Amino acid sequence: MSEAALQSGSPNQVWTLPSRGIVGMTCLIIAEVAIFVIFVVAYIFYIGKSLTGPAPKDVLELPIFTTICLLSSSLTVHAAVSALQKSKQGLCSLWLAATVLLGGIFIAGTAYEWYDLIYKHGLTIRTNLFGTTFYSLVGLHATHVVVGLILLSLALFFSVRGEMKEEHSEKLEVLSLYWHFVDGVWVIVFLVVYVLGR
Amino acid sequence: MATQIPVNEVHDQIAQVPRRLWLEVLHGCVTTVDHKKIGLMYIGYALIFLVIAGFEALLMRIQLAIPNNHFVSPEVFNGLFTMHGTTMVFFVGMPILFGFGNYLIPLMIGARDMAFPRLNAFSFWISAFAGFLLYFSYIGGSGLYGAGSAPDVGWFAYAPLTARVFSPGHSTDYWTLALLLTGIGSIGTALNIVATIICMRCPGMKMSRLPLLPWIYLVMSGLTFVAIGPLTAAQIMLMLDRYVGSHFFDTQAGGSAVLWMHFFWIFGHPEVYILVLPAFAFANEIIPVFSRKAIFGYPAMVAASVGIGFISLSVWAHHMFTVGLGPGGNTFFTLATMIISVPTGIKIFNWLATLWGGKIQFTASMMFAIGFLFQFLIAGLTGIMLSVAPFDWQLGNSYFVVAHFHYVLVGAILFMIFSAFYYWFPKMTGRMLSERLGKWHFWLFVIGFHLTFDLMHVPGLLGMPRRIYTYEADRGWMIWNLLVSSGAIIQTVATLLFVYNMVWSYFKGPIAGPDPWDAWTLEWSTPSPPPSYNFAEIPTVASRRPLWDLKHPEDPDFDYEIEQGSPQQTKKEGA
Repeated sequence: MSEAALQSGSPNQVWTLPSRGIVGMTCLIIAEVAIFVIFVVAYIFYIGKSLTGPAPKDVLELPIFTTICLLSSSLTVHAAVSALQKSKQGLCSLWLAATVLLGGIFIAGTAYEWYDLIYKHGLTIRTNLFGTTFYSLVGLHATHVVVGLILLSLALFFSVRGEMKEEHSEKLEVLSLYWHFVDGVWVIVFLVVYVLGR
Repeated sequence: MATQIPVNEVHDQIAQVPRRLWLEVLHGCVTTVDHKKIGLMYIGYALIFLVIAGFEALLMRIQLAIPNNHFVSPEVFNGLFTMHGTTMVFFVGMPILFGFGNYLIPLMIGARDMAFPRLNAFSFWISAFAGFLLYFSYIGGSGLYGAGSAPDVGWFAYAPLTARVFSPGHSTDYWTLALLLTGIGSIGTALNIVATIICMRCPGMKMSRLPLLPWIYLVMSGLTFVAIGPLTAAQIMLMLDRYVGSHFFDTQAGGSAVLWMHFFWIFGHPEVYILVLPAFAFANEIIPVFSRKAIFGYPAMVAASVGIGFISLSVWAHHMFTVGLGPGGNTFFTLATMIISVPTGIKIFNWLATLWGGKIQFTASMMFAIGFLFQFLIAGLTGIMLSVAPFDWQLGNSYFVVAHFHYVLVGAILFMIFSAFYYWFPKMTGRMLSERLGKWHFWLFVIGFHLTFDLMHVPGLLGMPRRIYTYEADRGWMIWNLLVSSGAIIQTVATLLFVYNMVWSYFKGPIAGPDPWDAWTLEWSTPSPPPSYNFAEIPTVASRRPLWDLKHPEDPDFDYEIEQGSPQQTKKEGA
């Protein structure tokens, strides 16, 4: 292309555009937020509308410990990203391992809670509207946690093998964005299900 | 000034490839990640579904042409209107608009491909698979009493009709899964479009210089995220209801059928704008070129598009006035619906002002664009009528509503899609469409369209409800339905003419050259069809009409750009 004709002035300034990975992940998060909003709305709409028991206040207990675990995993994944940006790969592996561990504790806590609800209290997704909205909302979030854990474990795997380097830090940052989103959703779910709904 | 642009020509010698075996072509289609090929595949698959869904419409119009007709059975009729609606929205409208976007956006912003080429291919194939799945229900979904095996719950599938008790068999599941999958594809493509426009612009193309087509696709993609999300969520809930036994929409267990209506229309109304915004985008490119004037009011166009994007999120319940929303809801949604006609009106006035004083060239493309302007105005006016809640109580779910939204979907969107075909076909294939056939196509289609959809308002006003299978002779609807159906046949003939024109021109049409319309945006600086890498050298732009600058160095656009401080690149852009 005859470039000179298309130019005017002096292009002495560097043409910089945002990273497509971060923009793409932001878009995905917006779409996911829209999905979660609908499930949250359904949950709030059906609070107290169940025709039969058990009711939330009879069976739900505040998952304080697992919540602390999940929320602090946001800090650890952030630490992993900044370690990688400073090219400290060993530290990055360590923080990633902590993230996977904390996320794992959270998902194990959810599994235990569900086991308890199903076998001790007889609450399933078919029992009543509380069961329907509870399992679908918490389950949707748990699915996102599992996906995040798989991706983080993969990152940990590459990191331990020493294959993740400083130039990959942007990709890890994109993943960490997703993980922050999963944590943020949990704050909403916690407030709606365990505080507002109980 | 010279209209021939010396672009990329040296490099194109290499791009010429000998004719390949059809198996190689097919293999190329399956494995490609090239945005142009994926765009063309989107368009091709949408056209196939356009023919199928158009055929379904034709069958319905034959059934309704005369009273007490038994051309098809009631079960088949239910399947026909469900499949017609679902196909036209999800497997014609969305893919054809995404197809044009895919093809044009990288070319218009001076990029070599989309931001995520493999995600692009994935989105296409998952959407194509969803379309296949929907139609597989004709074979695989044993419906009610084994009669109609296609989904027969209507395109908005109100609860509790979709519950297992009322819709046994699997046809409704095929519908749900198809929408879920195509939704994933749509979100993927929309994400790709946003990332491409924000991150892949060529040097100098600030957001204030972005052509209006990418700008509007940006808004449309943003709307896709917030609209398709609720649809996906609602489909997940419906699947849980049908398979796991949850009670979201199960009124027996305290669930709410109205909740489904809200969730569906929170998707459903923005969806209308997702479909119509690309039509606006085409008009913004085509009308200025054939008026030989720059678009009037570029910033106002951008602002109006963004405004439409936001307001369209707060109008959904005007589909539900007949449910009984109460005075607060009725007032809010009436007002919100009326307010959205303000930015839309701004656009119409901008197009008129672009035409004003221009040297208008009445090509087939421009004729369709002008038809769009008239018809979109009328569609908007009946929309304002229906936004008034008491009026809607009278005419909700009547043929007046059907006529109104077909005026938008056919009169505005389909007309603009045809216009886009006449405009960009030369770029995509390297050959011009026949103008003579194009004008036949236009006049036949305009006559058929107005015969069908103008007159369709009347049986609605006379009280004919939508989705009825047949009617008694003494209702006074007969002559109107007969005329409406005859219009449908004229439209079919016109569409066949268009298909013939495309096939004939693909092989025998006159060679187009890179820039047959003497246009101003970057896609016309590449050869037709563009090589796989689009631009041998990434261009640098200095105004909204880079090719104008190239063709008219004595009077370039960038002399008129008003900026604070030094003329160019004073502020960091796009962050």
